[in-house]
Amino acid sequence: MTEQAPIFILLFPFLTAVIVALVGLRHKSLSWPLTLVSLGASVCASLSTLAQVVEHGPIRYKLGGWSPPFGIEFHIDGLSALVAVTVSVVALLTAIYSKDNVDAETPDKSSQYYSLFLLLVSGLLGIVITGDAFNLYVMLEVAALTSYALIAMGNKRASLAAFKYLIMGTIGASFYLLGVGYLYIKTGSLNMLDIREILETAGLFNSPTILVAFILITVGVWIKMAFFPLHSWLPNCYAFAPTTSSNIMAPLVTKVMIYVMVRMVLTVFGPNYAFEILDWENIVVWLAVIAILAGSIGALAQKDLRKMLTFLIIAEVGYMVGGLWLADETGITGTIFHIISDAFMTLCVFLFAGIVFAKTGARDIYALEGMFKKMPLTMVGFLVGAFSLIGIPPTAGFFSKWYLVQGGINSGNWEYVVALLISSLINAVLFFRLIEIAYFGKKPAEGHDHHHGDDHAKVSEASFTMLLPLLSTAAILIVIGLYNKELVSVIQDFLSQFNLATSIR
Amino acid sequence: MELLQSIADSFNYWIYIILMMIGLYALVAKNNLVKKLIGMSIFQTAIILFYVSIGYKDGATIPILYEHQAHHGHHDAGHGDAEDAHHDVEHAVEEAAKEIHAVAEDHADGHDAHADDHDTLVDSHDAHTSSAIHAEDFANPLVHVLMLTAIVVGVATLGVGLAITQKLYGEFGSIEESEIIEQIRTGK
Amino acid sequence: MSSTITSITPLLACLVSLIAVLPIVLLRKSPNAREGATFVAGIIKFGLVLYMLPTVLAGTKIEYTLWQILPNIAIEFRVDGLGMLFGLVASSLWILTSLYSIGYMRGLKEHSQTRFFTFFAISLSATIGVAFSGNLFTLYLFYEMLSLATYPLVTHHQDKEARTGGRTYLTYLLTTSIGFVLPALIFVFVKTGSSMDFSPEGFLAGHISPSAALVLLLLFTFGFAKAGIMPFHSWLPGAMVAPTPVSALLHAVAVVKVGVFCVLRVFTGVFGIDYLESLDIATVVAWIAAFTVITSSLIALSQDNLKRRLAFSTIGQLSYIILGVALLSDRAVTGSMTHIAMHAVGKITLFMCAGAVFVATGKKYISQMDGLGKKMPFTFAAFTIGALSVTGLPPTGGLISKFYLVTGTVDAGQVALLVIFLISTILNAAYLLPIGYRAFFPKDKELSKTPFSWKAVEEASLPCVLPVCITSTLALVLFIKPQFLINLAGLMLGSGG
Repeated sequence: MTEQAPIFILLFPFLTAVIVALVGLRHKSLSWPLTLVSLGASVCASLSTLAQVVEHGPIRYKLGGWSPPFGIEFHIDGLSALVAVTVSVVALLTAIYSKDNVDAETPDKSSQYYSLFLLLVSGLLGIVITGDAFNLYVMLEVAALTSYALIAMGNKRASLAAFKYLIMGTIGASFYLLGVGYLYIKTGSLNMLDIREILETAGLFNSPTILVAFILITVGVWIKMAFFPLHSWLPNCYAFAPTTSSNIMAPLVTKVMIYVMVRMVLTVFGPNYAFEILDWENIVVWLAVIAILAGSIGALAQKDLRKMLTFLIIAEVGYMVGGLWLADETGITGTIFHIISDAFMTLCVFLFAGIVFAKTGARDIYALEGMFKKMPLTMVGFLVGAFSLIGIPPTAGFFSKWYLVQGGINSGNWEYVVALLISSLINAVLFFRLIEIAYFGKKPAEGHDHHHGDDHAKVSEASFTMLLPLLSTAAILIVIGLYNKELVSVIQDFLSQFNLATSIR
Repeated sequence: MELLQSIADSFNYWIYIILMMIGLYALVAKNNLVKKLIGMSIFQTAIILFYVSIGYKDGATIPILYEHQAHHGHHDAGHGDAEDAHHDVEHAVEEAAKEIHAVAEDHADGHDAHADDHDTLVDSHDAHTSSAIHAEDFANPLVHVLMLTAIVVGVATLGVGLAITQKLYGEFGSIEESEIIEQIRTGK
Repeated sequence: MSSTITSITPLLACLVSLIAVLPIVLLRKSPNAREGATFVAGIIKFGLVLYMLPTVLAGTKIEYTLWQILPNIAIEFRVDGLGMLFGLVASSLWILTSLYSIGYMRGLKEHSQTRFFTFFAISLSATIGVAFSGNLFTLYLFYEMLSLATYPLVTHHQDKEARTGGRTYLTYLLTTSIGFVLPALIFVFVKTGSSMDFSPEGFLAGHISPSAALVLLLLFTFGFAKAGIMPFHSWLPGAMVAPTPVSALLHAVAVVKVGVFCVLRVFTGVFGIDYLESLDIATVVAWIAAFTVITSSLIALSQDNLKRRLAFSTIGQLSYIILGVALLSDRAVTGSMTHIAMHAVGKITLFMCAGAVFVATGKKYISQMDGLGKKMPFTFAAFTIGALSVTGLPPTGGLISKFYLVTGTVDAGQVALLVIFLISTILNAAYLLPIGYRAFFPKDKELSKTPFSWKAVEEASLPCVLPVCITSTLALVLFIKPQFLINLAGLMLGSGG
């Protein structure tokens, strides 16, 4: 059973997606429990896989028993196991959250929603665990197609945003596909590990074809992850999609694309090629710096809560792209750690935004007025997420920044360090503006207890299925922060095979 | 002159690039959403052309083996690869050849699905075999298989795109992007 | 002499007030029980700190490692002389401030008192955490926690003024801590790779170039903006919108002292006095501090709002402490450490008096207080003692620390800075002493102009006046018995006092 765990990660949500679509025709009410069960199973499978990877090292799971490079294989190492756990847990939390929201926002499409939701999750999980470059493309499109549909379920503006996303996403994916094609011309293989081996043994690194492949894949993935200035599709999509759709996509889609970038750079092309032969680091780090600053400044200009958060995603993408191209072991550790912590903190603030929207029906940040009084528990969850995005210890966000900044100093990329700090400060401004609005509501009556809920406050607190995911996410953020050493040791185990530059220890 | 020669030599690659540019132009410049989608289709078709070109060989045929070829095949493939197989795929061919050997022994009287698959793999790796199976006689089937998937993906994308366009038309009464944006701007 | 024992007491001392949050919140319906919880926590906390005092005085350090949070770095407590000194000051004054808060908050019928006491308790946890933290990382952790926990206190009134003040407060504190301290912290970690434990020799020597050392030193000095060194001082007058107990404890003792404490730690524990001496870069900091001393004293002279005047006085006094440590001579460093305690006692008295006046009369401006001394004799007597202590005149503890500072300056051979000390002392006297004098001996014609009738005025309630009397007595006692403070400070210099 446990050695079959890798396939179950993917199989549970995928099959349930079909079941939900069919059962939903007759019994809509079954969709939600089915979704929960399948995602719960997927979480268990991914955790068990992670445990195996930590204990015995990478797993190569041969689909249908075909041995690579002929068959498709799942290749699961520390990196993919961690990201898979992240994806499945985020999906589970969002699914719990969906219950009330979906009924409220898209009541007539609930079973379709859950079916698409599960397909999206299986697509993302597939991207993470596959070891085959072409299979990755297929999974990419599975995830992309479902997300177009999920976004388009939203209001009028969402449809146009989804259309633009469809165009950009297709271009990005096509670039990736072309890149894989060029790789295939030279190496005759589609298996990632095999490609790497052939590239090295045959000494193909100087071939212009490989360069073209690298550029195409990188640019394709950058489009999909909304790396500034290729980000234009993202803000409207996530801001106008139905709440639950953006709750699942905002934390995961860009993060999984970062995963793809890390995977391509490290596993397929190898750090030696990407960092030493090409010598692009400085350019890309500067691009990342621009992305970080642009994202943060963009966020400052927003009055719409969710739109503000979407610009933060763009800044965070800059963190991670820059962190990878620092070409420093600590920096890359930070990038991978940030994939995980950013997924959860984005989830946290988006869940919060969702609750606010559900409760007040307003999108702009002034809807938060007096929130500390009305929903103290919700605000606690939000505060943890906000502190994490600002980077206040001991939340997860602080530690990812810790490693990223360390990487920046190690590799001497001071511009990156400065950008990271400026962005943290802008985040502080953004979130304290929100906190200020939420805190300075109408002045409460004399002697009235302001902070902790009385009867009136309990009335407007969000429902249990909305609050539970938010508070769990907040707890996870703190736990990740406190146990970051353990996570980082898994990441460094994974990175140790690449002989990256590192100056300390 | 050399330029012309090189263009003529690989004209399918040139066409793929031209098609791609046409598609990209339509994607970016067209105002009509359906036209954008058409551009997207052209764009994807260009990639399909590119992949199919990879698998193309002069004078090659479809990669289907007949019974007698499968019988011959394993012996020749076994030693043929060592001499002049493409170094990139040497080990792959070797492994595949061994498997064919095993399969052929198990099913002495005919090829089954497995044997077939392995044979195509030999071909796909462009190995030069000296006897009955010559890889250069067959087009590379793998890329075609990949493109079947890509076509399916492309059709699905087009479908979703058209569905969204239809939704937009229902909501805004127009499929011109500028008009829709205008409506959003004034309506809000 | 530096033997070490492991004990959980420092952690407990830190956690007591954090745990007290629970009963405070649960007992919110009955104010008396709630305040009771605060007191019990305060007394336990003080008891725990006191319990460690003999051990520390004997030259033993008390250690406790809570959590190995990063590779190589742990959340770690270590109680040494300086930490003990600061811990004593903060925990003892918390009890008094709690008493005072009750009088003040009830006297003014403030809203949201539960929230007030909750965050007060959290702030104290963070303060003790800073005092007892064993490495730079832990220090930073509690420093940030303090910034955030005090925000609801500063903005307690939740009006427009509080909003502006709170915004300034967080802007300055977070900008400097994230913008300066954090990169400096990570830089230190990258360059040394050490666990960043404080030690008298420091742990930077040999790892960085002199120019990098100067940059780091400045980053730390400015980064710990709670120390109020110019130009990062203006959050402090802004934070005066807070209720007076907050200003008293946090902006005379806990928060600002945490700032200078951190700077002291950086000088003595991270760089090490010897290393700084060999680099000869501390003079830069000394002159910045000297500039702050003079400028803030001049500004204080021009303030009519009592709390604002006290705030600028605090800025100046904090810079004394930094100036002292930047002189690097043994006596100056001892002086600056002792000054943490002396100034705390003096300044908290002044703030509480200002609050008591406000509770009793509603007056905030110095020009309105002429002749008030006859109606509120205890308050203004205490005020005068506090003023004497802050100025550094006998018979108060302030004299002791100032004596060490001045002789330390002579030791360091900085004549110019000596002059600055003297000028600023005169300025101190000029802006503080007349307040008490005029309260008792008003000029008649000014009094007649005041439209305010003093008839109904009497002393504020007992919970307000009692702490004031205690702290002013403390200021007198410290003049007679300063030796244990000096011993604690001496422990840090390795001379044993």
